[in-house]
Amino acid sequence: MTTQEVRLCGLLLQEHFGNVVEKVGTHLIRSGVLTLRALAHETKLPLDLVKKSLCVLVQHGMCTFGAGRRGPAGPVEYRINCEHVFHMLRYPRYIYTAKSLYGDTGELIVEEILQRGHMTMSSTVKTVADRLTHNMPEGQSMDYSEVVSVFSQLVETHFLQRCPPLASAGSSSSGAVDTPLPVATQPTEPESHPDCYKLPYINLTGQGKRRRSSEDGEADQCAAKKARTDNSECGDDDGIYWQVNFQRFHLHFRDQAIISAVSCKLDQSSSEIVRTMLRMSEGTTPAHAAFTQALSANEIFRALLSRSPDARPILDQYLSLLVDDPMEFVGKTGDSGGGMYVVNLHRALANLARATLESVVQERFGSRSARIFRLLLRKRHLEQKQVEDFAMIPAKEAKDMLYKLLSENLVQLQEIPKTPDYAPSRTFYLYTVNQLPTARLLLQHCYKTVGNLIERRLYETKENKRLLEKSQRIEAILASLQATGAEAAQLTEVEEMITVPERQQLESLRHHINKLDSSENQVDETIFLLKSYINSTQASR
Amino acid sequence: MAGSRGRGRSQFSFSVDALGFGRGDCLPSSAHTPSPLYPPMQFRPVPLHTGEEVDYMLALKQELRASSKNLPFHIKAARTKTDVARYSDKYQNGETKNNCIEWSPDWSRMPKELCIKVRKPRKTGERNSIIIITNTLEKREEEQHSEEEEDEEKKKQNEEEPDADEDYDEEELEDTDYIMSYFDNGEDFGADSEDNMDEAVY
Repeated sequence: MTTQEVRLCGLLLQEHFGNVVEKVGTHLIRSGVLTLRALAHETKLPLDLVKKSLCVLVQHGMCTFGAGRRGPAGPVEYRINCEHVFHMLRYPRYIYTAKSLYGDTGELIVEEILQRGHMTMSSTVKTVADRLTHNMPEGQSMDYSEVVSVFSQLVETHFLQRCPPLASAGSSSSGAVDTPLPVATQPTEPESHPDCYKLPYINLTGQGKRRRSSEDGEADQCAAKKARTDNSECGDDDGIYWQVNFQRFHLHFRDQAIISAVSCKLDQSSSEIVRTMLRMSEGTTPAHAAFTQALSANEIFRALLSRSPDARPILDQYLSLLVDDPMEFVGKTGDSGGGMYVVNLHRALANLARATLESVVQERFGSRSARIFRLLLRKRHLEQKQVEDFAMIPAKEAKDMLYKLLSENLVQLQEIPKTPDYAPSRTFYLYTVNQLPTARLLLQHCYKTVGNLIERRLYETKENKRLLEKSQRIEAILASLQATGAEAAQLTEVEEMITVPERQQLESLRHHINKLDSSENQVDETIFLLKSYINSTQASR
Repeated sequence: MAGSRGRGRSQFSFSVDALGFGRGDCLPSSAHTPSPLYPPMQFRPVPLHTGEEVDYMLALKQELRASSKNLPFHIKAARTKTDVARYSDKYQNGETKNNCIEWSPDWSRMPKELCIKVRKPRKTGERNSIIIITNTLEKREEEQHSEEEEDEEKKKQNEEEPDADEDYDEEELEDTDYIMSYFDNGEDFGADSEDNMDEAVY
């Protein structure tokens, strides 16, 4: 784990779970694997707090445990899964995707499961139905069956999956003390479990309950907290927990990125064709495949929504256009069935990453430096003189730009000696760009950026803490006054308790915080793209 | 390298042209100080994305952040009492204690050593003690009053409790007549703003 990754993990844990979990989490990341006693001793926290933090982390799937180095008889060792902590940055994107695919019900289901780590199906359905009922007008309520149907749709399309069972939990009796824990080398993959996507047969009938709204908002919260954390009701599906399948969401994001790239580069119809191809191969393509299954042009034509018979030659033209495009999104693998076409997933990811790198260089150093960068990406190794000639930039400026890029580590220097002694006059110095290490470098920059954004936001909030508290108090007073039906004069009097300059300060604070949050979301998109590209290169090796 | 030394003193061992600068060109000055923390940017950054999707995700992010502070997964360390025990301690409750956990996880999915007492909701405990106290009082009155009156009173007590549960019962939590903030002994004031003592607090 790099410094920046550890720092970002710490900030994310602190934001969601507080300082205690942050301390425990960062120490565990830095140390790798630790037992409970060692962790408590080294962090100097009380043992109970460490236990509570580990419970929270295990609940959310960020910490795995298993028998340690001393085998099953020894103490249990814990390890943090950093990738899972980074997913917390992307929660809004997952929830928004669920909303766009399955509506408000899907959005609430995914939000509940993300916030709680893992849940049983019955408790999810009840909570979501209650929440939906609360937002509906008086007299209506949400039926459980609708929520169950959306839940099953999410499971069918693999967006939700069952939590993998622990080896010790296989015994039906509660708490068998002697069963050994699995070794903590490889966590059991959820997909290796055959019932991963099987819905339990439970009989859930009923409707969402509307909470009686009381005068004070706090009682509502207490009641809501009790209802939410009340797992003691025994449902038929006790022990079957569901978690969000992040990998499936990532495949969806990758497909979205490819489709939008095609629509930017070519046009809307070609992106429709690529969307159809990806949709058809959703179920059959394994997660780390380099290309989708081969699809014949006839199949694609049948699956396309606009199916007028004279559109067939147009489809062929579009497909040949896609194949000839230098971005190589689509490839042709055969001629049967009107032509067999595949979507080149890994190559598409590599091209998207390359476009990201070029855009970063362009925005930071100018378009001429970007020209040099693109030249080096295409031509691999060039001498200084050749760079100046090919890029058509005067020598002095080209030298300046190259050295600046070199100092930022975006460009590397390769020495090729002509003689065994590395005499500088008799050595070729070639400039080169390696895409993969540069992508890793940029990924680390992104982690650092997000860490800086979060810290700045915390700083801004802390600076204006007094003002924020005052405005919250006044809002609470206003809300209670309105609830009890006060006159307009009283309301304006309370509103005037915040002076105009304070109001302006609050406004600018909100604007800054919105900007920082929005930037975090945007940087996370870049992180996703670069990480997918790096993972795809590792998978193919 | 030894061979080229004898040639001439003004000749460098490398050809200057290959490096890209000629004689007499001024090189960029070497750095005397560390680079500034916020170096001036050459180009303005591109503006952020806007749109409905972006706004919705922003709102989601802020909502998630706010709601995660209220969930039981947000763990706060219990404050250690450094002072003399005070009378108001008896009425200050709801503080998190280190040795209980606020939610009930599925212990079969966790290692045994993490098992910790689950904090039961306090209300039922209070209710039980009140029921016990009222019951003992009523037994003492049994000698003076008839049985029917007792039953009526007991039923009334039992009926009142479900009603009391639904009301906002901050006062009844501790069986006092005072609102809980009456027992606030001022130790919390100023406890959070320990850093940055330059600013005066008005």
